[in-house]
Amino acid sequence: MGSYSSELKRSKDSDESARRSSFPDEVLERVLSLLKSHRDRSSVSLVCKDWYNAERWSRTHVFIGNCYSVSPEIVARRFPRIRSVTLKGKPRFSDFNLVPENWGADIHAWLVVFAAKYPFLEELRLKRMAISDESLEFLAISFPNFKALSLLSCDGFSTNGLAAIATHCKNLTELDIQENGIDDKGGSWLSCFPESFTSLEVLNFANLTSDINFDALEKLVGRCKSMRVLKLNRSVSLEQLQRLLVSAPQLAELGTGSFSQELTIHEYEDLESTLSNCKNMHTLSGLWDAKGIYLPALYPACSHLTFLNLSYAALQSVELAKLLAHCPRLKRLWVLDTVEDKGLEAVGLNCPLLEELRVFPADPFDDEIVHGVTEAGFVAVSFGCPRLHYVLYFCRQMTNAAVATIVQNCPDFTHFRLCIMNPGQPDYLTNEPMDEAFGAVVKTCTKLQRLSVSGLLTDLTFEYIGRYAKNLETLSVAFAGRSDWGMQCVLGGCPKLRKLEIRDCPFGNAALLSGLEKYESMRSLWMSACNVTMNGCRLLAREMPRLNVEVMKEDGSDDSQADKVYVYRSIAGPRRDAPPSVLTL
Amino acid sequence: MEVNYENGLNLKATELRLGLPGSDEPERQTTPRPNKRTSSEISSSGLTDDGNDDHQASAPPAKAQVVGWPPIRSYRKNCIQAKKNEVEGGTGRYVKVSVDGAAYLRKIDLHVYGSYPELLEALEKMFKLTIGAYSEREGYNGSEYAPTYEDKDGDWMLVGDVPWEMFISSCKRLRIMKGSEARGLGCI
Repeated sequence: MGSYSSELKRSKDSDESARRSSFPDEVLERVLSLLKSHRDRSSVSLVCKDWYNAERWSRTHVFIGNCYSVSPEIVARRFPRIRSVTLKGKPRFSDFNLVPENWGADIHAWLVVFAAKYPFLEELRLKRMAISDESLEFLAISFPNFKALSLLSCDGFSTNGLAAIATHCKNLTELDIQENGIDDKGGSWLSCFPESFTSLEVLNFANLTSDINFDALEKLVGRCKSMRVLKLNRSVSLEQLQRLLVSAPQLAELGTGSFSQELTIHEYEDLESTLSNCKNMHTLSGLWDAKGIYLPALYPACSHLTFLNLSYAALQSVELAKLLAHCPRLKRLWVLDTVEDKGLEAVGLNCPLLEELRVFPADPFDDEIVHGVTEAGFVAVSFGCPRLHYVLYFCRQMTNAAVATIVQNCPDFTHFRLCIMNPGQPDYLTNEPMDEAFGAVVKTCTKLQRLSVSGLLTDLTFEYIGRYAKNLETLSVAFAGRSDWGMQCVLGGCPKLRKLEIRDCPFGNAALLSGLEKYESMRSLWMSACNVTMNGCRLLAREMPRLNVEVMKEDGSDDSQADKVYVYRSIAGPRRDAPPSVLTL
Repeated sequence: MEVNYENGLNLKATELRLGLPGSDEPERQTTPRPNKRTSSEISSSGLTDDGNDDHQASAPPAKAQVVGWPPIRSYRKNCIQAKKNEVEGGTGRYVKVSVDGAAYLRKIDLHVYGSYPELLEALEKMFKLTIGAYSEREGYNGSEYAPTYEDKDGDWMLVGDVPWEMFISSCKRLRIMKGSEARGLGCI
């Protein structure tokens, strides 16, 4: 009896103490460390001070969507235990040469702070940043535990920088170099990996053009037993590919080199049999200059393929159809428009699980020839692939009716990026604007997050977008709209809008200023070749001190015109590294 | 609704109308900033040649190359260009040949021909048309067709003016113009 009552008393005490104190920090941190999504973490940090602290101590990865929205010092102060950083720099239109050369987004200042505050940094993923060879070398020697480097659409560096990484990063697991403006000085960088180095799991140098030392590569692949991603450049021949695959049948992702060498029957059979041993392959890319006759060698390796990137292989429709017959599990497909509508019909017939389709133009600057894909191809895919939710489609003609059919078949679009390549082109059958097409998209696809519009569009398109696109986060507009009202509709609707990029549209100051409060809830706004003036921008800058308003002037333009405007929220204040061509207001 | 859009004349942002004078609804917007155009505008007129009025109203705007359009990453653009150079720099000197009104284009190897007469005869055979004789003063005046080519600077020139060797090295593509335009060229 006595022990029972004392137990009861003890448990009562602990109840009370539990109510008085909050959840123990260590436990909370442990729980929060399982949270990966940075949006969830942002929400968590807003609950209360204890949770804010627990979150910041438990966070190991930080994602910064705009490198100028915050300073490295602020980041380091708030998050003391970061091991992985993702940074994005220039506005997306820099990919299309709309941003001046020396605009900024240099990684070096960040690296200096990281070297001091995050000496155990392991991963760095950069998109549209400027990075020099000196910075790469600094990175290589400052972080002894460095594991993963991914560079996408970056510039400012050469293969010498890669050599520094290969030489010094003893624990490297990932080197992923994609679509960068790299100065390719030769392939000797690959030979810089020491003989003792065995940790590489991801190697992607498809971007580079120079020959690499194949012997060094073969040895590297041979000793890195955990390699699961290997993406070769064009200089690697079919015969060399076969030799590499012999020592790496475990590869999950393969980017071939050139797929067009002259092979003997024996060599072809070797290749085919080696490829059939790659039972784990779920992603296949490369296939530069693919020759139709060798594609069958791939068939046995395709049975588990979920992502096929043929955007550098100019296949014809029949070749694609035959290949796809062996890819029943395909979820993502990237092709060139050389496959034409017939090829896309084959997609609809063979790939019922398809979720993502990207069709790139083989000849985008040559529009006197009628070729490529039309609305018919897109419609055919929509009938056969009801799970389609991501599309990027470059074409030369489209109709409102076709788009209506497409979204009826595939109502789950999250990303709808349609590029009718001739600016301002109407529905080619009815001659009407393409308003109803995008109206159908936003009305039907309630989950839509990203939209790129094209063709002849009036303000009605933007009325539709503002009214219906409640989940829209990113909107790209070019050569569209009739008046300020269009842009006002978007800024007045679209509650989740984060990125708005506009070029060559008749939107002026009234439109720009209608979004005053909105811009603070967005990541950024880009407007180029519109009707915005310097005065409009100055007014915006004056009214909204927490926004950075930057204007890029072009040579020979009117003093009062704001040729290119980039507006973004920032807690770091106006940046100090802007070149003379960029005016911060 | 009036279009509040600045055309390439660089005026202040006042209301300017697009389209032909007297037309109510502007069909399309022009591409801005003339200094961005990299290829000549001559190709724009070739489109409406089939004489169909409806078609003319719907023809796409001038085929000028606008900066950053279509939106393709520089890396991919460079790959496309590299491929083109490879094809052209090889053993053949293949150029595209278009004829106004024809449904599709052809490709010929300029190296196969030793002189202008040989080339013109081959073109006449290939497209079943008559080009006629060249004269320095009057071009191809008198014939319904005039052969033109795009040179390295992006300008459209009349075939025959420069020495053959110079022509082969600078010709990027051929276009056989038809009708009144063709006759006009000969009278410059």
